[in-house]
Formats: sequence, C-alpha cells, structure tokens
Amino acid sequence: MTSEATVIAPPDERVDVGAEYRAAGLSDILEELDRELVGLTPVKTRIREIASLLLIARLRERAGKTTDQPTLHMSFTGHPGTGKTTVARRMAAILHRLGYVRKGHLVTAGRDDLVGQYVGHTAPKTREVLKRAMGGVLFIDEAYYLYRADSERDYGSEAIETMLQVMENQRDDLVVIFAGYGEQMDAFFQANPGLRSRVAHHIEFPNFTVDELMSIAALMVRQQQYELDDEARAALHDYLTLRIAQPYFANARSVRNAIDRAKLRHASRLVANPAPIPARELSRIDAADIRASRVFRDPTAE
Amino acid sequence: MRLTQGTFSFLPDLDDSEISAQVQYCLDHGWPVSIEHTDDPHPRNVYWEMWGTPMFDLRDPAGVLAELAACRKTFPGRYIKIIGYDRAYHRQTTALSFLVQRPSHEPGFRLERQESDDRRVRYTLHSYASEKPHGSRYGESNGSAPRG
Repeated sequence: MTSEATVIAPPDERVDVGAEYRAAGLSDILEELDRELVGLTPVKTRIREIASLLLIARLRERAGKTTDQPTLHMSFTGHPGTGKTTVARRMAAILHRLGYVRKGHLVTAGRDDLVGQYVGHTAPKTREVLKRAMGGVLFIDEAYYLYRADSERDYGSEAIETMLQVMENQRDDLVVIFAGYGEQMDAFFQANPGLRSRVAHHIEFPNFTVDELMSIAALMVRQQQYELDDEARAALHDYLTLRIAQPYFANARSVRNAIDRAKLRHASRLVANPAPIPARELSRIDAADIRASRVFRDPTAE
Repeated sequence: MRLTQGTFSFLPDLDDSEISAQVQYCLDHGWPVSIEHTDDPHPRNVYWEMWGTPMFDLRDPAGVLAELAACRKTFPGRYIKIIGYDRAYHRQTTALSFLVQRPSHEPGFRLERQESDDRRVRYTLHSYASEKPHGSRYGESNGSAPRG
C-alpha cells in the first residue's frame, strides 16, 4: 500500500497511509472480522480490498485528485448458513466507518417488502424500502425470488427496475446487497443483465470445513456461556462429519441447531435426575447430549 | 407578495442542504416527514394535497430529498412544504413545517371588508390566485392528480 501511496501523492508531499488506516479504525473492524468470523477467506480478502480502495479514494480526494465514488453494490452468493447476513451487517458498519454511507444501518428486505400485489403498488412500495435504507445498506435476501421467469404478469421485474434507477442515480445514498444461493442467483443475474452490470462486487461464500464448523461451534457455545468438554467436542466433531454429508446441511445454521438441541437434551437430562449438582454442571454439555442425536442412530436418515 | 408561513417564515428560502439539515433534525427526533403541495395558499387552507404518504422509519434525509425533487418536477408552479409530525403523547401535532418551493409569481391577497349588521365590519382575505380554477393558477398548465 505504501508504494501506491507514493505514486499518487504530490511528489514533494508524503502521505502516511498507515496512520490514516489506524485513524479510520479499520484495523479494529477487520481484526474483529477475523476473530468472530471463522473461515470465509475469499470474503475477508474482498472486504479488505474494498476497505483499502475506499481509504485510498479518500486520501486521493484529500490530495486533490478526482476520484469517482466507487460503486459498491454487491451480490453475496453461497449455500445456506455461510454467513451472508452476518457479513452484510458487518459490511454496513465497515462502510459507515469508512464514510461511504452516512448512517451505517442495515435494512433487510425480501420479496414481500418490495413487490406489490396489484398494478401500481410495486413502485411506491419498493421506493419506500429504498428510502428507509438510504444512508445505509439495503440487504435483499433470497433476491432471486424477485424475478419469476415463468410469469409475465409478475411485478417483480418492476421492483427490479425501480431499484436499478435508484442504484444508479443515488449511488452515494445507499449500497444494495443481493444475497442468495449460488445457482439461483446466477439464473437471476442472467435474466437481469442490467442488474448484473450494476453490481460491482460478486462475492462467493464458500462452504465451511468440519474444522471451521468446530471453531464456529466453540464460538457459539462460549457466547451462550455453555462449555463443551473434550469428549463432547469429539462427539460434535463426529456429528458434523456425518451431518455434512447429509442433505439440507446448512453450515453454521446447522451447527447452531445442533447446539440448541444439545442444550435441550442437557436440560432434560438435568431435570430427569433432580439431585443436587455442582453449579458448573448447568453449563457443561457432555458427549451423551450430542451422541443422542438421530444423526448417529441412522446416518442416512433425514 | 412573498408568502410566508410556517417555521422559518422570517428567513430567506432554504436551499437543499439546509432543507436536508432540517429533515435530519426531524428524523433525529423520530418525527415522520411528509411532503404536501397546493395552489391555494390561503393561510386558513390547512388541507394541502399530500405527495405520497408520510415517510416513516427513515434514517437519512436523502429519501425525502428525492421525493421532494420528484414533487418539484411534477408541480413546478406550486407551493410545497415539508412537515415533521411529532406523534409523542401530549403533543401529537405538526412539530415543524416549512415552505420548500414557491411559484415564480405570487399575486398575493387583498383585504375585503364586508359591512354587516349595525355597521360592523367583517374582514377577510381574498387570494388573487384563487380567482382562476384549481390547476391553472400560478401559470401552471397541469392540474393532474398526485401519483399514489
């Protein structure tokens, strides 16, 4: 980054990119991202790149160079539970810290919020959501539902058109993030070429490996003030290895569900034996709580 | 005659950045902002036409400004005002309202005196603009209904 800075700065003046980087509080956010989001290397790389781009854009502006406000509309594609919503939330905070969006809030919208039910209902409805998101980030979950190729009378394309207009004309006022599962999103963008070209960043969320899922589980358990002993951890590892091969595996969401069910069994185990127990038993999930899952009983089921 | 009404009536017309700052003030207080327009600016005419519905849950004035731009484009020759409504219990009223557009020519008002019983005089205001039918005042050609 230093070499870039010397290229763009006036020859007699020096720009301390490192100091600016620290002043923007970027390192805090990015470190937090590293700490709290497991895996997702391509995503983090892209966020880092965007953050650097915006920082340099700001420095360029200060040095009197003309810089077009970069387009930051994004699409997040990936399987269920790979952290698209979580990252979108972070993204709003990062863009706010960088001064790209003024307020840094996240508005989540689905098809129901954008598409109307009768003629003339859609555009005002979409505009209302866009207005609410201005100054922040609009996150459109399951974006491919917006467009239905099989129905000509569907109002989804009207919503997309309305959005495109605002995305283009009020680029400084909001950032739109489209999210959805990979294949469907590809079809969605193919059907809406105008949209594809206006979305500058297409970010792919990879599936988690078992080890990453274990770290996620450890993070979740710690956040909920439970603990896993070594045996439980081994059991969870076995569980995830089996579960990952089964259908409807939803990455981090499946981990959360597994932990929730383990908590359920943990609670009923304690209630079943109403003898006085040490207080730390209240938070200790043991291997039996996890091994009782039906994933172990019939690995092909579900 | 330059029409003055509402908040800031004693100030010169606000420009867009000043309007934006006032809207931000409303949003910071949690007041929904709405846009209304009329070609009958009589001081007792409280029923201006609404430009869309009031805007709830906004965080940033950009949305209001975009609607204002659309309203100005549709009704270049009308009065437009921005209203912040405070719904708080015990207040429940317009907290602030100010003009954001006025026609280029404002013919103004005349004072009318009406002699009534016992030589008492009743006073009323007559707006020159309202002599023309609705939609053709202030040199405006269109009187189309606002969009929904």
